[in-house]
Amino acid sequence: MTDTAATDLEDLRRGTDLVKRGFAQMQKGGVIMDVVNPEQARIAEDAGAVAVMALEAVPADIRKRGGVARMADPADVQEIVEEVSIPVMGKARIGHTKEAQILEAVGVDMIDESEVLTPADDAYHIDKRDFTAPFVCGARNLGEALRRIEEGAAMIRTKGEAGTGDVNQAVHHQRTIKGEIRKLEGMSHEEREAYAREIEAPAELVHETAEMGRLPVVNFAAGGIATPADAALMMHHECDGIFVGSGIFGAENPPVMGEAIVEAVNNWDDAEALAEISKNLGKGMKGDANVDLPEEEKLQGRGV
Amino acid sequence: MSLTAGVVAVQGDVEEHADAIERAARARGAEVTVHEIRESGVVPDCDLLAMPGGESTTISRLVHSEGIAPEIREHVAAGKPLLATCAGLIVASSEPNDERVDELGLLDVAVERNAFGRQKDSFEAPLSVDGLADDDPYPAVFIRAPAIDDVGGDADVLASWDDRPVAVREGPVVGTAFHPELTPDSRIHGLAFFENAAADVPALEVEKAR
Repeated sequence: MTDTAATDLEDLRRGTDLVKRGFAQMQKGGVIMDVVNPEQARIAEDAGAVAVMALEAVPADIRKRGGVARMADPADVQEIVEEVSIPVMGKARIGHTKEAQILEAVGVDMIDESEVLTPADDAYHIDKRDFTAPFVCGARNLGEALRRIEEGAAMIRTKGEAGTGDVNQAVHHQRTIKGEIRKLEGMSHEEREAYAREIEAPAELVHETAEMGRLPVVNFAAGGIATPADAALMMHHECDGIFVGSGIFGAENPPVMGEAIVEAVNNWDDAEALAEISKNLGKGMKGDANVDLPEEEKLQGRGV
Repeated sequence: MSLTAGVVAVQGDVEEHADAIERAARARGAEVTVHEIRESGVVPDCDLLAMPGGESTTISRLVHSEGIAPEIREHVAAGKPLLATCAGLIVASSEPNDERVDELGLLDVAVERNAFGRQKDSFEAPLSVDGLADDDPYPAVFIRAPAIDDVGGDADVLASWDDRPVAVREGPVVGTAFHPELTPDSRIHGLAFFENAAADVPALEVEKAR
């Protein structure tokens, strides 16, 4: 047996950056699927999802319904937590510390401080460093991403334009973030300092990002991904993994679509495999093209 | 000396393992080329293999559907080393205690998934591990980690946490419930790939014979 003298149970530390960011790292190369009930959670797990996002309605339905979108009923979240063995995430409104605490108390493994719900605070995000649970936040550009990381986010996802089934905003946000990082890599120290002021991001994180050549936390794609080809496109743009909202349970055959998106993420750079994966999946979600969307209906401008 | 390593890359923290393998090899003056394995046909070229952390249900599904599973079994049957961490350990075990995981049976252990609780219970702690290059405790990171329940006759327990085994070695296979790829300390990768007398790395044997 091992010498247990050096293994002191008292030395255990929870909720550290390493433990929170490590959880996000375990999701890499995976697909996280939006679900609204335990039956959907079961289908998602069987399709190969790495985690499920428990919410009251998928973004496409939130869009149609209008009104104030809030955290899901904790009883419903708990049922999903009990149904599956994979991690369960939950959405809290931007700046709504209490919704986040409630989700943490129910036992969700990661909290999405999400622009898909109606923001609860028009100036501040949640101070995520106070939590044991890790957070994911949306971003449209490097400044937003680094401000969220400074606040304690362990994962960044593109905002995209949720509930549209149109991938172009997710592509735009990911290209913007990667483009800004490439620009940083060619800058001198003092140029990076000035750039940090310009994009209103902490200088320390700007330097760290420049040195790593990528965001210092895991970077997923989200917002409008509806097909295996969309998921593969976001992996091609160097995302670490994929969130799919309305794209699976808004499709004609969710188990088949879910499984195909999981396989597409693994085979994103193999066009022949993608062709096979994309065949005979039934109708995808109908969606709304972003160009037709009036400015006031766009969710991505929330929480900057 | 030049080695070829593989990281099973269907899902999980692949780059972190690739970096840890490179650090461990560099510390021993070895050159290493690391392949990310997403399809069949790559494993047979690898001297050593790592199965990362991630979600065991997803990894298990994809190693079977992509035809990688039988190649991993042949790799271990040939005595070549494998390091399986967290989800990788669950997939490598002989009893995952979950019908959604189709196990590879490379380690004669039964595991309990999420034995230490959900993410809010995840933790880091210094851990005493047998067989490391020195006696300093290992900075172990447990994320929704499994525990090892039943250990078969040929498997040795290398570390325990709260009286439950969390690291084992059986022949060329080392399995850990924690994530040695998440910290810069590459001693566990060293132990699994370079200091395991029961594992056979042909490229290293050639070097020793010189």
